[in-house]
Amino acid sequence: MGMSRRQFLQGGALAAAGVAISGKPGEASVDSPVTRIKGLKASTTICPFCAVGCGLLVHTKNGKVINIEGDPQHPINQGALCSKGSSLFQIAVNEKRLQKVMYRAPGSDRFEEKSWDWALDKIALRMKETRDKTFKVSELNKKDNKEYVVNRTDGMAFFGGAGLDNEECYLWSKFSRAMGVGQLEHQARL
Amino acid sequence: MTNHWIDLKNSDAIFIIGCNPAENHPISFKWIEEAMDKGAKLIVVDPRYTRSASKADIYAQIRPGTDIAFLGGMINYALQNNLIHEEYVREYTNAPFIISEKYDFKDGMFCSFDEQEKTYDLKSLAYELGPDGKPRRDNSMKDPRCVLQLMKKHFSRYDVDKVCSITGTKKEDYLKVAQAFCGTGRADKAGTLLYAMGITQSTHGTQNVRATAMLQTLLGNIGIAGGGVNALRGESNVQGSTDYGLLFHLLPGYLKSPEFDNVDLKSYIDKWTPQTKDGRSANWWGNTPKYITSLLKAWYGDNATQANDFCYSYLPKRMGSYAYNKIMDKMLAGGLEGLVCMGMNPAVGGPDSGNARTALSKLKWLVTVDLWETETSIFWKRPGVNPSDIQTEVFMLPAASSVEKEGSISNSGRWAQWRYKAVEPVGHSMSDLWIIDQFFKRVRNLYSKEKGAFPEPITKLAWNYGNGHEPDVHLVAKEINGYFTKDTTIVDKDKTLEFKKGDQVPMFKYLQADGSTTSGCWVYSGSYTKEGNQMARRDQSDPTGLGLFPKWSWCWPVNRRIIYNRASVNTAGEPFNPKRALIAWDGLEKKWKGDVPDGPWPPMKDDKEGKYPFIMLPEGHARLYALDLKDGPFPEHYEPMESPSRNQLSRTQNNPVVKLPKNVSSDTVKFPFIGTTYRMTEHWQTGGMTRSVPWLVELVPDMFVEISESLAKQKGFRKGDKVKVTTERGTIEAVVLITSRLKPFNVEGKMIEQVGMPWHFGYAGTAKGDSANMLTPSVGCANTSIPEFKAFLCNIEKGGSKA
Repeated sequence: MGMSRRQFLQGGALAAAGVAISGKPGEASVDSPVTRIKGLKASTTICPFCAVGCGLLVHTKNGKVINIEGDPQHPINQGALCSKGSSLFQIAVNEKRLQKVMYRAPGSDRFEEKSWDWALDKIALRMKETRDKTFKVSELNKKDNKEYVVNRTDGMAFFGGAGLDNEECYLWSKFSRAMGVGQLEHQARL
Repeated sequence: MTNHWIDLKNSDAIFIIGCNPAENHPISFKWIEEAMDKGAKLIVVDPRYTRSASKADIYAQIRPGTDIAFLGGMINYALQNNLIHEEYVREYTNAPFIISEKYDFKDGMFCSFDEQEKTYDLKSLAYELGPDGKPRRDNSMKDPRCVLQLMKKHFSRYDVDKVCSITGTKKEDYLKVAQAFCGTGRADKAGTLLYAMGITQSTHGTQNVRATAMLQTLLGNIGIAGGGVNALRGESNVQGSTDYGLLFHLLPGYLKSPEFDNVDLKSYIDKWTPQTKDGRSANWWGNTPKYITSLLKAWYGDNATQANDFCYSYLPKRMGSYAYNKIMDKMLAGGLEGLVCMGMNPAVGGPDSGNARTALSKLKWLVTVDLWETETSIFWKRPGVNPSDIQTEVFMLPAASSVEKEGSISNSGRWAQWRYKAVEPVGHSMSDLWIIDQFFKRVRNLYSKEKGAFPEPITKLAWNYGNGHEPDVHLVAKEINGYFTKDTTIVDKDKTLEFKKGDQVPMFKYLQADGSTTSGCWVYSGSYTKEGNQMARRDQSDPTGLGLFPKWSWCWPVNRRIIYNRASVNTAGEPFNPKRALIAWDGLEKKWKGDVPDGPWPPMKDDKEGKYPFIMLPEGHARLYALDLKDGPFPEHYEPMESPSRNQLSRTQNNPVVKLPKNVSSDTVKFPFIGTTYRMTEHWQTGGMTRSVPWLVELVPDMFVEISESLAKQKGFRKGDKVKVTTERGTIEAVVLITSRLKPFNVEGKMIEQVGMPWHFGYAGTAKGDSANMLTPSVGCANTSIPEFKAFLCNIEKGGSKA
C-alpha cells in the first residue's frame, strides 16, 4: 500500500499514543492502524545496552513480551534502533536466561539448584563470617607511624554495576559502605 | 558529556578521537549526520579506519597511545596561529594566572619529582597568590609566568613535524584536522569533541582527557550549544553507577569516600571543602558540608544526630588505593575471602584475564548476580582446569532484565529516564533491588541476633522502603532526591519558603548541613519532588529549538542540559553566538532565559553579585593548568608501557608516576606488532548480554583478530586462517580477518603493523571464543588506574590448537 517508513512509525506512534504520554503500561488503542499490536499492552523502556538512552515500546499480552520496537516519540532515537537495541526482545524471551538459583559446592564439578531462601541465608552468613574475621578497626599509617580508626571490612570486595538502575546503585552503595566495604568498584574503572 | 546526544546537531565541526560512535553508539550518528546535512565537518582520528571514519570528511590515522602528541600539536597550532577564543580564554580560564616561580619543566619531567615515591610535590606547581589571597593574574597574558605563556612554551615543542613523526599521521591529514577543528575558535562557530575508551584506557588517560578539554577551552567550545567535551559512555547506566559512587574513592554525588585521617566529620569537611578568598567565585563544592550531612541523614536517619557526628564514624575509611586492578592483585595473592559481582564479569572484562581467572579460584566464596551464566560464574569449570582443584563456593543468582523491573537509568548526557515493568521476571529471577534488599535484611538479622564486629553501621542503617515484596522503588528515588526531616523555613533572597517535615526537597540548593534535610545523592536532588517523578516526564516540547527537550525526563544537575553554560555568554550575559543562544541575561526581568543556568547570579560583569562560570572550581576559572593531577599540570607525551618506539620528545619514556609491572615487555623482537582492543555494534562489553542472543550471534558468531593486507601478505595468512596472538601475558586463538581498515604505522621511518581485536568473547554463552583480555596488561592511568587496553605489543602466528 506504499506506506513510507515515516508514515509507518507515525502509525505506531498513534497506536501507542495513550501509553506514550505517560509511558506507564496501558492498552494500545483498539483502533490501532497497525494490526500486529492491536489489543496488546504497551509500556515504554530505555535500552539496556550503550548510554545513548534510546526509548523503546514493549508490547505484552497475557504477561508475555510479544514485541519490542523503537519508541517513535523518543526525542533521541525517534523510533530508530541499532542491532543490539533491536534485539532487546531476545533478552526478554530467551531460553538461555538464568531461571533458577544455582549453587556450586567447593571442589564440585556441577551446579545444583537451590531455593532463594537457602542461598540468601548462606550468602548472608558468608558475608558476616568474612566481615567479622577481616574487620579492621584500626590501621597503621606507615608515613607517620600512627594508628588510625578505619572501621573497614578488608576480606571481601563488591563489584558492579553499570547495568543496575540508579535506585539499585544507590542501595548497593549504601549497603556496601554499611558493611564496611572499601573495595567497591565497577566498570567505570575499566 | 558536558552536552548531550541531540546537541550534536548544533555543531559546525565534530571531532571524534578515541571513540567510534557509528559502531558503538549508532543512534548518535543520527545527530552527527543532521549536523553534517547543515554543513558541519566530521573529523575522525583513530588507529583504524572505523565505521565512523568511513563517514568522515577528514580521517587521520594515529598510532595507539600517542593522543597527547596529537592533541598537544593542535593546542600548539591554535596558539601559534592565534585561533583561540581570546575573550573566553582571558575571562573564563586560568590562562592569565601567575604560577609559582618554582615551576620548571625539563626533558619530560616537571620539577620536584620524588624518585623514590614516584610523585611530584604539587605545592611547587601551585598558583602564586597575591596579598589578598587570590591567585595573581596578568590580564594581558604576557607575563612569562602566566599560564598562557607557560602553556605556549610547553607545547611549542609539539610542532607538526615532530607530532606526525610520533603519531605516524600523514602531515597533510594532520594539517587538515588542525585547520578544520581549530577554525571553531570563533564566537560564531561551535566544535564538539567526542571521546571514549580510546582516550581513557591509557597510562596517561587523564592527561589525554585534559588535552581534549584544554583544546576545547582554548577554542571557547565549553558551555555552548554544539560544543563540549563529550565522553561517550558505553553502558546504559555507567553514568548513574558513577554518580552513585560505586568506586572505592567516592560516595554518591562525587563526594569523596573518607580517608583514614579524616578522623571525624569536621576533619572530613575541612579536607574536602575547598576554600576561596574570591567573593566572585561560586565555589560550589563549598557546599560539601550540606551534601555529606544530608547523605548521612539519608543513611542513618534519626540515628544520625549532631551529637554523634551524624554517624560519620560508621563509614569505612580508606588508606591507599582499592582500585579494580589492586583488588585483583590482592585476590590473586589470596588476600580476599569473598566477592560479589552485580552484573559484572571480571573473568573477561578486566586486563590480564588469565591472572583474573586464577585470582577467582583463591576466593572462599563468590556470588554472581546476572541474567546469564557468565565466564565469572563458571570460572571453576573453564577449559583447561580441573574443578576439583578449585575450592571456591559459588552462588549464581538469576537477575531480572530491564523490562522486568521499574527504575531509572542515566544516559551519557545525564538524562535520568524512567523505565517501567512490562512483565514479571522470568523463572525465579529477581530484580537487583530485591536481591540487595535481601542481602541487607538477612545480614542485619544475623547482627541483631548474634555478636559480631562493629554491628552498628548495619543495625542502625535507615532502610525504610515500604512493606512490599521488594523495596518500593519510588521510596528509594524519593530518598535519593531528599526530604525535610523537620518543619523548616528558608529565606531565599526576597522569598520565604516554608517546608513541612517529610516534604521533598525541591533542589539541592535547599539542602542543609544541620541535619534538617536528607539526600542520598545530592546531584539528583530535584529528580523526585512534590511535583512528582521528574524522570518519568515525556513532554516533547523544545522551546529553544536547540534540542534541549527540558521537560523530557530529568537531567542532573537541576535539569541543566548543557553544563558550564554561563561560559556561552560574554561577561555582560549576551550570547557569544546569538544564532545559537543557549542562555541570555534579560536585564529588564533580571533573570536568565534559555537552559537552566549554572547558578542564578547575574552576569559576571555585575560587580556585586556576578560569578565566574566554572563554578565547580574554587578559583571559578577553567583550568588550562591543572593543580591536582599526579602527573603534572600540563599533558606531556609519553609512550605506552609497551611501545615499539622511543619517546621522540624527551628521554622520559613512560609516564614517570606510573610503576611498571613485571609482566610488561617492549621486546619488539618477540612482540613486533601493536595490539589494540575494540568494540562492535553486534556485541556488548564482555558479551554476557549479547553472545546468547540468537539474532546477534548470527551476525557475529565468532572471535576474530583483524590485520592489514600488508601484514597478511608478510605472514602468508589467508582470510579465515586460524591464528594465535601472543603477548607477555598470554595467548589467544582466533580466526584472522584481513581488511584494508587496518594499515601499518610509520614509526620513525619503519612501518609497524597493528593487530586489532574485539574483547567481547569468552567461554560462556552460545557464541564462544577466546578473550582478548588474556593479552592486555594490568597497568593503568596514573590518576584513575584505568588499564592500558588500547596499546600493547604482541606477536601473531598461524596455527594454534584450533587450526
